[in-house]
Amino acid sequence: MRVAITGISGRFGALLTRRLHRQHTVVGIDRRPFPGAPADVELHRIDIRRKRCEEVFRKGAFDAVVHLNVMHDPRASSADHHTFNIQGTTRVMQYCQRHGIKKLILLSSANVYGPRADNTQFLTEDAPLMGGERFHQIQDLIGIDMLGQSFFWKHPEVETVILRPVHIVGAVRNAPSNYLRLDRPWTLAGFDPMVQLIHEDDVAMGIERALRPGAQGIFNLAGCEPAPLSRIIELAGGRPLPIPHFAAGPMLERLWKMRLTTFPAPELDHLRYVCMVDAARAREVLGYTPRYDLDATLTHLRLTRALLAS
Amino acid sequence: MFRAVKDHLATRYEASLDPALLDRIEVLKAHLGGYETDAFGFDPEAIKPVIPIVEFLYRRYFRVQTFGLENLPEGRVLLIANHSGQIPMDGMMIGTSLLLDAHPPRAVRSMVERWVPSLPYVSVFFSRLGQVLGTPENCRTLLAQHHTVLVFPEGVTGINKTFDKRYQLQQFGLGFMRLALETNTPIVPVGVVGAEEQIPALWNLKKVAKLLGMPAVPVSPHMLIPILGMLPLPSRYRLWFGHPMHFTGDADDDDAVIGAKVSQVRDAVDALLQRGLAEREHIFW
Repeated sequence: MRVAITGISGRFGALLTRRLHRQHTVVGIDRRPFPGAPADVELHRIDIRRKRCEEVFRKGAFDAVVHLNVMHDPRASSADHHTFNIQGTTRVMQYCQRHGIKKLILLSSANVYGPRADNTQFLTEDAPLMGGERFHQIQDLIGIDMLGQSFFWKHPEVETVILRPVHIVGAVRNAPSNYLRLDRPWTLAGFDPMVQLIHEDDVAMGIERALRPGAQGIFNLAGCEPAPLSRIIELAGGRPLPIPHFAAGPMLERLWKMRLTTFPAPELDHLRYVCMVDAARAREVLGYTPRYDLDATLTHLRLTRALLAS
Repeated sequence: MFRAVKDHLATRYEASLDPALLDRIEVLKAHLGGYETDAFGFDPEAIKPVIPIVEFLYRRYFRVQTFGLENLPEGRVLLIANHSGQIPMDGMMIGTSLLLDAHPPRAVRSMVERWVPSLPYVSVFFSRLGQVLGTPENCRTLLAQHHTVLVFPEGVTGINKTFDKRYQLQQFGLGFMRLALETNTPIVPVGVVGAEEQIPALWNLKKVAKLLGMPAVPVSPHMLIPILGMLPLPSRYRLWFGHPMHFTGDADDDDAVIGAKVSQVRDAVDALLQRGLAEREHIFW
């Protein structure tokens, strides 16, 4: 199978490449360099929004495209986010449709549902995407998910897969991993929601499963067994710093404006309310079962903390 | 050092608890399939720190009497009870009766109001003790795992009634019946006698409640007593468990059809209440 991976140079793209390149021909598309790329990976250094990029798709004869080229940097401006994420994703969809690519895999996130007080414990794929209600900065990420859904209906000839993993942890640098690597992570006093984590390797396995012919639709991906946030922090080796919830929001807002933190204030809702998914569909349709349990997931996270510190 | 002291105290504390009670908690743990907490956040270990207070309330303060506990069928079951008393002591007492007096002991998972998860401390306390946000999906999940689910179909209108409406059942929601039909779950009606008198509310300050974002602000004359007025009155609780009721039919039927079935359950709860009231000799003993 010839698989194109957009945004291959990110940490997760590299991880996925190492997993896929032995069984599949992997072609990478990214404007950033990919140091340490496996020798058999063909890399095109180009912005996906450029016209020239279509040539890669035209000549590539890809069987599948894994679209990871999504900007998550919360410091980037809303304009940058929207042009890069929404326009980029739209282009990739156009290329897939025009050049007869059979499969498109989008990596969305369970955050599109959003942590809310009245969330049911296990949200299914049908749950409304309320993530932008209080966290406006992720509107474009919800937009990508929605674009994928309309593409799925408009172009049945392309098998479209939307994956919505819960908080990804591992060597990646995203908000949940960074948070759990803190020595004194903030918690909200009097709140201790149940949290689901997924190890980065399990996400890669989910993508591998989704590459199989026939697989299409939206899938929640959950990893290890859920646990209370306090237990997760304990296993990750941190000591929680409880802060009253009414003070934490304004404080974090201030720190964010002063550029003293990497966490936007609306993320605090994840420390307060549940945002868990029902992953039965991925289990039944994709045959996906996570390999990493809670201990293994957090043991790996602790290792990455030591590595990043040294 | 801190941790060693803490662990030592925890062991000492556990040794002071009744071994029969610890056995009962172990039975509840066995139901969780090897995890420390279930996916909803229930942790039977969390019962241990609070059990002396709960047991005091159950045995000495409200001196709860139970009738018909042996009626509970094995496996999943929906307990449908009347809701009263301004604060959800009725839920706590039903839960405690199933933990302390039922054979085998059961963990009651009750469906709580939607504003509970936004309350600090209360949210964690409720969730660790097995209380779950009342959504149909959550109820379905719990029943599929063979839990005992407690529903108060009157909701806040039931618990916040003023004293003139005591023991008058309010309108029942229909959701529980649809779930019972869908999951083929027996329903056990429960009549709670005694909770109405714990806080005899003469007024409900609705405007104040709205300002504070609370469902109700009841005002009872006994609240004028300094300090002690903060406690509910020690009325004696009598919990009446009825015989299991089995329903069949389409879970997606019209409200009228479902409503007729719900009325049967409502009548059963009412019958238990009337019997309980008739046989009760005194409110306080």
